Order: sequence, then C-alpha cells, then structure tokens
Amino acid sequence: MHSMTAMRKKKKGSSISYAKYGYYFIAPFFITFILFQLIPLASTVYYSFFSYFRDGRKWIGPTFAGLANYQYLFSTDLPRYLGNTLILWLIGFIPQILISLLLAAWFTDYRLHLRGQAFFKTVIYMPNLIMASAFSMLFYTLFADSGPVNGVLRLVGLTQEGAPIRFFASILGTRGLIGLMNFLMWFGNTTILLMAAMMGVEASLFEAAEIDGCTPTQIFFKITLPLIRPLLIYVLITSMIGGLQMFDVPQILTRGSGDPMRSAMTMIMYLNSHMFSRNYGRAGAVSTVLFLICGILCVVVMRSLDTDRKEAKKK
Amino acid sequence: MTTQSVKPQGRGVSAGLHARRILAYAVLGVLCFLCLFFFYVLAVNATHNHYEILKGFNLLPGADFSKNLAATLADSSLPVLRGIVNSLLIASLSALLAIYFSALTAYGIYAYDFKLKNLAFTFIILIMSMPTQISALGFVRLIGRMGGTNRLWPLILPSIASPTVFYFMIQYMKSSLPMEIVEAARIDGCSEFGTFNRVVLPLLKPAMAVQAIFSFVASWNNYFTPALILDSKSNPTLPILIATLRSKDVASLDMGSVYMLIAVAILPVIVVYLLLSKFIVAGVTLGGVKG
Repeated sequence: MHSMTAMRKKKKGSSISYAKYGYYFIAPFFITFILFQLIPLASTVYYSFFSYFRDGRKWIGPTFAGLANYQYLFSTDLPRYLGNTLILWLIGFIPQILISLLLAAWFTDYRLHLRGQAFFKTVIYMPNLIMASAFSMLFYTLFADSGPVNGVLRLVGLTQEGAPIRFFASILGTRGLIGLMNFLMWFGNTTILLMAAMMGVEASLFEAAEIDGCTPTQIFFKITLPLIRPLLIYVLITSMIGGLQMFDVPQILTRGSGDPMRSAMTMIMYLNSHMFSRNYGRAGAVSTVLFLICGILCVVVMRSLDTDRKEAKKK
Repeated sequence: MTTQSVKPQGRGVSAGLHARRILAYAVLGVLCFLCLFFFYVLAVNATHNHYEILKGFNLLPGADFSKNLAATLADSSLPVLRGIVNSLLIASLSALLAIYFSALTAYGIYAYDFKLKNLAFTFIILIMSMPTQISALGFVRLIGRMGGTNRLWPLILPSIASPTVFYFMIQYMKSSLPMEIVEAARIDGCSEFGTFNRVVLPLLKPAMAVQAIFSFVASWNNYFTPALILDSKSNPTLPILIATLRSKDVASLDMGSVYMLIAVAILPVIVVYLLLSKFIVAGVTLGGVKG
C-alpha cells in the first residue's frame, strides 16, 4: 500500500506534460459513443414528440404532436406490456436469486467442503453464453406438441397418445418456459458473482459466529447476507435492466406475436413492432419511456460501483 | 475426516452436515442436468433424420449428421453460409475493436492525470448498464443517412465504445499494471503511443483474451440491432436466420436441418467455452462489484 501511494505521488509530479495524451487516448471511445449512441438517443427522444409514420407507401409527418404519442401509448397497450415484462422478469429472477444464494453459500461453506466445484461452475455458467434466439428456437422445437418433451411424457405415461401438453397455447406454459430459459441463462452467472462476494467476507467472522454457537442458517441470514448487500443490489438492478431488455427469447418463441393473448409481449418487442411498421413517433416514445426507467436504474448501478471504488481508495 | 473436524459439537452436527452435503449434491445434480439436457438433445437430434425425430425422443446419436449439415447449407430459402460468414466477420472484428479501444481508453484514464479524468470515468460507468436498444430508432435512421443500411460496418464500428470491456480493463490495470514499467519505457525514449502498443498491450494479454471471448459471444448472439440493419433474406446473421426459420410453417420443415441450424448457432460457442472455461469463469467476477 505504501508503495502505491508513493507511486501515485510520483505519477502526479511527472505527468503534467502528459495530460494531453489522456484526451488523445480516450477520444476514439467518446467520438464513437457520441456518434453511434448519444446523437441517435437525442434524435430518438426528439421524434417521440412528433407524429411520424408510414401509411402504405406514403410517409406522414414529421409533424409536432406534443405528448400525443405518450398519451396514446399509456392509454392503450404500454402499461400492459410493461407489466408483462416485469412478470416475465420476476418468473426468472426469483428462482435465479434464491438458487444462486443457496449455491454460493454451499460452495463457500468450508465445512461442507463440496468437491468438483470447478466442474459445477463450468456447467452452470455455460447457458449464459448461448445464443438466446437459438436457445428459444430450441425450446420451441423441444416443447412443441409433437416434440421430444411430449414424447418423453407420453413414454412414461404422464400424457395420453394424441393429447400432448400444449405448452404454447397456455399463458402459464409460455411465460413459464420464458422464465425457465432466463433462469437457466443467468443463475450460473449470479452464483459466481455471489460466491466472489461471499469469499471476500472476513473468515474470522464466520469462525467467531460458530464459536458463539450460530447455526449455518443463522450465519447466512445474520452475517453473510448483510455483508454482501452491495453486490445483491448490483445483481438486482443489473438484472432488472436486463429484464427490461428482454427480447430474443419471447420474440422467437412466440414468433413476435407475444401470444397467447399477447401475454408474453415485452417492451422491446413492442418497440420492435413499431420499428418494423415504421411508426417512428411511437417507437421514439416507447424508447424514451425505457430510457427514463433505465436512466434511474443506471444511477443506482453507478453508485454501487462508485462506493466500491471509494472504499477501495480508503483502504 | 469430517467427523473428526467437527468433534466439539459431537455426532448430531456431523450427521446434519452429512445430510446437507447430500442435499447440496442432489440440487447441483438436478441443475447440471437442466443445463446439459437440452443441449444434449440438440446435439443428438442434429444427427437424426426428420422421421426419426418425429417418432419421438432419441437418446443416442444417429447417422445423418453430414446429411443434415449438407441439407442446411444447401437450403435455397436460407442463405446459411452467408449467415455464418457474416456472423463470424461481425463478431471477430467487433471483438478486436472492443478490446483494443477499451484497453486504450482504460489506459488513458489510468495512466494520465487530466482535468476531465474523473468525469470521463464516472460517465462511462453511468452508461455501462444503459441498453443500446433505446437509441435504436435514431441509430437506424443515422445509418440510413450514412449509407450503411444492409452493410456490416454499422454492426462493427460501434464496438469501439464498449463500456463493460473498458471497466474490466481498468480494473485489471489497477490490479496488475505498475506505472514503473511505463516510466521505464519513457526513460528509454518510447513515445506514449508506442509505450501503450509495445509495453502495455502485451501485459494486458490475459484480460484481453477473456474480454475478446465475451465480446465475440455478445456480438455473435446479438439479434435486435442486426435485424434492423440487415436484409433478412439476402444478407442475414445466424440469429436472423433462426428468426426466419421460426417464421416458417413448422409442418413444412425438415426437422433434421432445423436442429442442425440451431446446433450451428449454439454448439461452436459451447466447444470454445469448454476449452477455455477456466479463464472465462474466473473472468466473470472481475467486472462486478466486490461485496
């Protein structure tokens, strides 16, 4: 640590003439970001206040419309699709966080001493790298009326010949499968993050608690959970942002319709449908609503990362 | 060994520990089964023909791997080969740009003191979790005006600004890039840019390798933006092909080649992952917060 502060001082003393290189080196990032993200974002928000769409072969607008797009969206489908997105996220996230906490606690419990941890971690993280659209297509074929899953169910006598379980005809089946896919894709990632946090907890705290006669359950709720709170918040918020972006899985699974009864239509699917029907005013308004929600969540993430940085500095 | 190590509390605790261990292995077993089962069925079904698949559940591989692959590649309504080439090009070039420029940006903030340094850092952290979809409308219109519709570069160049890769790089530098090395290079007369390319970059190799894989996979899997920029019929990527496949009438499809196309999209990533999983799993935690 001492050498670090010494190094920092030295760096400060000799770096005045080098300052301009800092700007040179970060320039490509910021130019690219401004060009491909910031300007498009500004024009997206701008168009949300205009009536601007294609009617047949003719473009209508852009004519200024004030908040008409927002009024339309909030009085029609947007609240429902926001609700869908939240429900679909929760169906995956609740088991994800519970299982991940359980696994991370088990993996880091030195008395439990689980073997084969490298193998388990490798396997449970794997689905995170899978192409979501292809994974969804795979689930569609596997859970189809004549697919292998129904084949197994018939084989073991759970269903009758000619009466398969029609997963994609029921709201519960469709939402459940989307939740299952999201769970499978993310619980390994969350487990590994939580494990790292739990391993960062001072071992002497656990030992002291054990000597005082705490049960593993007490240790988990009274010591582990409060101490990994910053990471839990980070996981919760980043997962929520991920949930708001949910698109590939329900889009492919329901062929973009969100059926049955548009119960699986998410916000980004809604945005996508406006993009393809070329209603740019409404697409802009959906984007702006999402931007405002994500903006608030991003500030929370930044603060969780920033306190981490400040604490590191203090040390 | 376990009974001895828990001596103070006696037999009851050791039995409890034993039961907990069995429960842990059972739960892990079920989860691993869930993680592997679907991909196993995928790999197996990709080697069977249409009729064997429709008959029901196949447990063991069949003999039609090459037949299915040939049928998938030859399908005139799905330019699969073009999709594979596009996906490979976009993903590998994106990954290269992302790791090089993220390292450059991170080094700029790590190694130099300048007025806007903290502001720049905070800003990148702020946008790190911002979804790119929200600016899609403006992006598509901008690319249209720049003449980039149905071209690949709009899907590659934006990777120069990859906040998550940047964050990983700067965390890595803080933990393992001593400034003494940079100062030694300066004394030896290396230019600032030369120092970065010849001295710093080689030291970042482990971090760059991990991030190259993450960036490649993220781009390889991306569906939303490419679908808005590229023509799905003539110039697709693999996720767009999957969507095209899904939009067809299932009854008209040859299931062997359906599974084969899904396998082509998924299995290469799994193979690379299994080869490098040690580094990838270790890399997951470096980008997050500490507890």
